[in-house]
Amino acid sequence: MATQHSRAAARLMVAPSVILLFLWMIVPLVTTIYFSFLNYNLLDPTKGGWAGFSNYYYFLTDPSFIASVLHTLAIVLGVLFITVIGGILLALLMNMDFWGQGVVRVLVIAPFFVMPTVSALVWKNMFMNPVNGMFAHIAKGLGLQPFDFLSQAPLLSIIGIVAWQWLPFATLILLTSLQSLDGEQQEAAEMDGASWLSRFYYLTVPHLTRAVTVVILIQTIFLLSVFAEIFVTTSGGPGTATTTITYLVYIQSLVKYDVGGGSAGGIVAVILANIVAIFVMRMIGKNLDA
Amino acid sequence: MARSTTKTSKSLVTIAAWTIGFLIFFPILWIVLMSFHTEGDAIKSPFQMLASKWTFESYEAVQTQRGYGKFFMNSVVISVGSTVFALIIGIPAAWSMAFVPGKKTKDVLMWMLSTKMMPAVGVLIPMYLGFKNLGLLDTRTGLVAIMTLINLPLVIWMLYTYFKEIPGEILEAARMDGATLWSEIFYVLTPMAIPGIASTLLLNVILAWNEAFWTLQLTTQAAAPLTQFIASFSAPEGLFYAKLSAASTMAIAPILIMGWFSQKQLVRGLTFGAVK
Repeated sequence: MATQHSRAAARLMVAPSVILLFLWMIVPLVTTIYFSFLNYNLLDPTKGGWAGFSNYYYFLTDPSFIASVLHTLAIVLGVLFITVIGGILLALLMNMDFWGQGVVRVLVIAPFFVMPTVSALVWKNMFMNPVNGMFAHIAKGLGLQPFDFLSQAPLLSIIGIVAWQWLPFATLILLTSLQSLDGEQQEAAEMDGASWLSRFYYLTVPHLTRAVTVVILIQTIFLLSVFAEIFVTTSGGPGTATTTITYLVYIQSLVKYDVGGGSAGGIVAVILANIVAIFVMRMIGKNLDA
Repeated sequence: MARSTTKTSKSLVTIAAWTIGFLIFFPILWIVLMSFHTEGDAIKSPFQMLASKWTFESYEAVQTQRGYGKFFMNSVVISVGSTVFALIIGIPAAWSMAFVPGKKTKDVLMWMLSTKMMPAVGVLIPMYLGFKNLGLLDTRTGLVAIMTLINLPLVIWMLYTYFKEIPGEILEAARMDGATLWSEIFYVLTPMAIPGIASTLLLNVILAWNEAFWTLQLTTQAAAPLTQFIASFSAPEGLFYAKLSAASTMAIAPILIMGWFSQKQLVRGLTFGAVK
């Protein structure tokens, strides 16, 4: 049993982490909230003073705000759709018996380890570029007109790039989950005459539900703050076609140097992310008890 | 079931799996292939490029003209440094929460995780201005500090799930034999915890290496890691396919190799133990 002494020591050992994380979370956040109520622009020192809720008002009524919410939703939902469906299919395939399983697994996982700036630039230049890209060469080879992905379908192109990065993650987690499926149960069902389809529907699907939930929740957290992929490919454009909430706040803060407006935007982003986070925390909290 | 049908279906599955695996991996393969050609050949059609002369000149150019080595070192210092600091701070915390849990332990763990979910843009301005005022913009020190804080929750969580699996009886036995708290940690626990610590180290180095929000916002030249270096190729005047390929290949190769070794830990670490 833990003694009184070791309990005290244990508290002491948790303290540095708790204090550091507390400071890391609270100090900047409170500062952001404070700034969000100020007229504060680094490029315009004449402005100053209390702003009330005007920063929030301007940020929320800016037409690019609604657009950015929609773009963010499109990216999150689009990538989730591709990676979850694709991930299930790929995981089912890779869970079958075939030659060279280890090698294929390695090939499929690889994109997850590619740094975001590399994958974005490689797709932009080597594949989607309308003159020198691989797709343009293929189109020309087939006698078709090359398609300028990033200017004609910018949002879809970004969804494609991000989905390529996250498909391995979904596949890997779903595959891990499939591999922990009870083989005996499957066999028993097969002996009782259950078809492949009903075995899949009644045994595999319920088993995968938890893993799919985990994939959706964790990816959502990361997808809400996709930044580098947009930064190096379209810079939010053309126009505001690929401006997400994260990117809009970045422009407001470090391009326009509008500290007040950028802070208000940051707080809006935090609130939106928190709504998602509540669901995630519940899910993980449940697993902690199990 | 007849043997021949299984063999046929196994062959079909093999072909399907390899095809899909190849397609997913193809962009990576392609930049590796492109990196061994000249700028002029890199923008030719795919077959012409493959047929052209193979050379290392892009790799040389990236190093001599762009000073690749400096950025690589920055990446190493930032990712390894921040992970090591996070481990130093996180190991005692994870240890005590796993072995001397209190009533609040679960809440503390959940709270730590919640810090990870705060979008970075929410604190972008104070961090940027704070770094500016403290003279930390574009310094390795600043980046290591911020990445340590970003790594910390995940480090504690991963270590916690690993430490949880170490049987408590062993610790009790050590205590009976008169081991003090610190000798318990260093002589009993550490050897058993090393695999868990190593996996945590590996996964966090990978994640820190690829982190591309703070590294892009808070560095420009001096402390810029590879994420920022590669981003500099996005400018139109920087559009050199072969050099971009060579730089990219070198930037992702070490992490790909480390990543392949840490597949199992990846699932566990990124799902916070929810899927094993």
